[in-house]
Amino acid sequence: MSLDSRHAAPAQPAPHPTSSPLGSFLRLRELPVILALVLLVAVTAAVNPLFLSEQGVKDLLLNATILMILAVGQTLVIITRNIDLSVGSVLGLVAFGTGSVFVAAPGLPIVLVFLIGIAFGAVLGAVNGLLITIAKVPALVITLGTLYIFRGINNAWAGGTQYFAGDRPDAFGNLSVDTVLGFPVITLIAVVVVAIVAVYMLGTRPGRDLYAIGSEPEAAKLFGIPVTRRVLLAFVVNGALAGLAGVLYASRFNSVGATTGSGLELDVVAAAVVGGVAIFGGSGTVVGAAIGALLLTTITSALTALRVDKFWQQAIVGILILAAVVIDRIAGVRAARKLRIAEARNV
Amino acid sequence: MTHFDGRGTDAADQAAPAGRRRESVLTLRGALKTFGPVVALADGTIDLAPGEIHALVGENGAGKSTLVKILAGVHQPDAGEFTVAGQGVSFRTVADSKAAGISVIYQEPTLFPDLTVAENIFIGRQPKGRFGLISRGEMRRQARELFGQLGVPIDPDRVAEGLSIADQQIIEIAKAISLDARILVMDEPTAALSGIEVERLFAVARRLRDAGSGILFISHRFDEVFGLCDRITVMRDGAYIATHETSATTVEAVVREMVGRDIEALFPKTETETGDVVLRVSGLTRPGVFHDIDFEVRAGEIVALSGLVGAGRTEVARAVFGIDRYESGSVEMLGRTLRGKDPRAAIDAGVGFVPEDRRKQGLVMELSVERNAALTLRHSLARFGLISGKAEREASATWAKRLQVKSGSPEHAVSTLSGGNQQKVVLAKWLATDPKLLIIDEPTRGIDVGTKSEVHRLISELAGRGIAILMISSELPEVLGMADRVLVMREGRITGRLDRSEATSETVMHAATAALESSR
Repeated sequence: MSLDSRHAAPAQPAPHPTSSPLGSFLRLRELPVILALVLLVAVTAAVNPLFLSEQGVKDLLLNATILMILAVGQTLVIITRNIDLSVGSVLGLVAFGTGSVFVAAPGLPIVLVFLIGIAFGAVLGAVNGLLITIAKVPALVITLGTLYIFRGINNAWAGGTQYFAGDRPDAFGNLSVDTVLGFPVITLIAVVVVAIVAVYMLGTRPGRDLYAIGSEPEAAKLFGIPVTRRVLLAFVVNGALAGLAGVLYASRFNSVGATTGSGLELDVVAAAVVGGVAIFGGSGTVVGAAIGALLLTTITSALTALRVDKFWQQAIVGILILAAVVIDRIAGVRAARKLRIAEARNV
Repeated sequence: MTHFDGRGTDAADQAAPAGRRRESVLTLRGALKTFGPVVALADGTIDLAPGEIHALVGENGAGKSTLVKILAGVHQPDAGEFTVAGQGVSFRTVADSKAAGISVIYQEPTLFPDLTVAENIFIGRQPKGRFGLISRGEMRRQARELFGQLGVPIDPDRVAEGLSIADQQIIEIAKAISLDARILVMDEPTAALSGIEVERLFAVARRLRDAGSGILFISHRFDEVFGLCDRITVMRDGAYIATHETSATTVEAVVREMVGRDIEALFPKTETETGDVVLRVSGLTRPGVFHDIDFEVRAGEIVALSGLVGAGRTEVARAVFGIDRYESGSVEMLGRTLRGKDPRAAIDAGVGFVPEDRRKQGLVMELSVERNAALTLRHSLARFGLISGKAEREASATWAKRLQVKSGSPEHAVSTLSGGNQQKVVLAKWLATDPKLLIIDEPTRGIDVGTKSEVHRLISELAGRGIAILMISSELPEVLGMADRVLVMREGRITGRLDRSEATSETVMHAATAALESSR
């Protein structure tokens, strides 16, 4: 072989940065959001000890639950370099649908109602997914369209009607009241969902395919990854999760009607971005997005507990989003510079 | 010419003996592929034997890429006969092609930047461990083993983002090996590699050949084709022309078949009088990237910036043009100091910059030829802030004509042109600004041999008209043939300054690699 020792010399890669558990923890993408959450809770609790009372914690978790589930679904879609703006409308339709089901068939088992809601959401997600993969129109445009369409259907269906908690069985409403080990039941449902989806994304081939698709769609096609099928799957799962969130919404809140869930989509995207999910796909985790959702809802409660004006709450959420993006960018630039220097030395 | 190596002469000894070949692993006969009215491939024919490296050569637009995409299962031929290991096949998807044992490595490797190296190799078929979940440990172990086989230590846990193109290709090869590919197609794999990286790639290719794989190798570099390959198939205008044993043919004969005519010397540099200093760079430094860069370029002079990929050549050029910042030092154009990090000022001072990556940095692919050519002129063409389409057309037409850009119409999108013609549009774009200095990064990367000499002639002509030219090139023959002076960079420093008479492949290579030798 003509590759003599002189030529073989340069290939030694830069020494691998700390592979210790601590090292990998410090390089976690979710680290900034975790730190922000810990800091926020610590400061607020120091000023207002009631913030961490049993009831306080329960409220925090209850408030975060629905956004968490939506953020997890949204993350699947964003990782494939798509977006779903229709989730607020899907949640609204399913929540009102849940109210209607209980009124129409009061004796229906609660589990069945959950399944109906999830299936309904999945169908709506499939509509999005099919339009995007078949028409090859950007998801931003399609889901902006379905945002209005789904909301319009909700309006036409509900009209002025609202269903109240009294229209639903007590056991259903109690899901948002009862606790197990201090955790509300619906929060536990959300945690289980996050765990299942996290394992799927981390440990299964289709899950990894989603990352590959978002990272480099052209390469995914050339590599023979079934891009259309996977993207469709992401939208269906996202729809199903929005459906689940819709059912839980009906359990958690007193009334469901024509405007339920309006404007929620931006909170969902914000939660994912704050949680370290790259808006152009390919990286980020569902756990990060879930923590992002927890952070966003906790901020609102914390600022209330600290008696900060409502106006500032929104501005602070905005600053948080920008901070998340800036931190991500700085980390990216620094990593790139390190690699560039290492490579110039190695060639 | 072997890049920075000078070992091309013994290449023939390394070619596999002809008698060793067995039944073909892959044959394609008379493949036809049309896109609407356009015939991309009229007669795609190739015969690949096991244990051979087979070159496929032809000008850009000869149909090589279409043929590759048919082998890869990306395109389906409209007609023709296609067999793999003696069995007739018709691939409907990329997955079909992979399943048949074909792996394709494209000119620009297609990795997933956010995923780790190991995952890039095993995506879609990751080894499974407990509970049917992906076992990262096992995946890492197998990746290490592959890199061990290839003799290239790449960290399997790092993300693919930021890897050099050479390393990306090694990853593609590791992927092919792990797929147990019997047929490896490499589409211009060396276009962006430096000499050492090319040798490393070739060592791997020869090892795979000796293990019995059939390798189809597409390249515009004849030293590589003749140094590496056992047989050569020539294509022209979408059709098969001939297949030769490498030992029984010559570069001239192959070139004649490729272009269908005789072409003159590959590098027609004409002697020119050099004038006053146009560009003077002193002490330019950006820590970790380049240090103490001093040089000048005179009117009518072609100065080549040579060295290995990653030596900091492009970075220097970008700093001179004001795209990237530098920490200390100065850049003077015609005696006046240029403000750093201000490309607009550089353009106004008469600097033109033709970047390495035409598609991403030099052209707006969706815009028309005329629009692209007039992009740099928008200020001078504008009347009351509006740009008249007529003025744009006139300005661009002048230059497109002088450069002989071959396009259906100046209104066609640039993306429809061949690489060589795209490069001409980029040149036209800058020439229209009447530059005093033109910085050209890899002027002929990925350009076929016919157009290559046209681009060289153009550059030479521009120098003849008194434009100072700073050319970055990884192709040694291009550097030696074109440049009046050669500056060699290594690890961010200029390590060699050679006049035309002193510059040989040995002296340039020595300056480019001295440190690597002394560090042993």
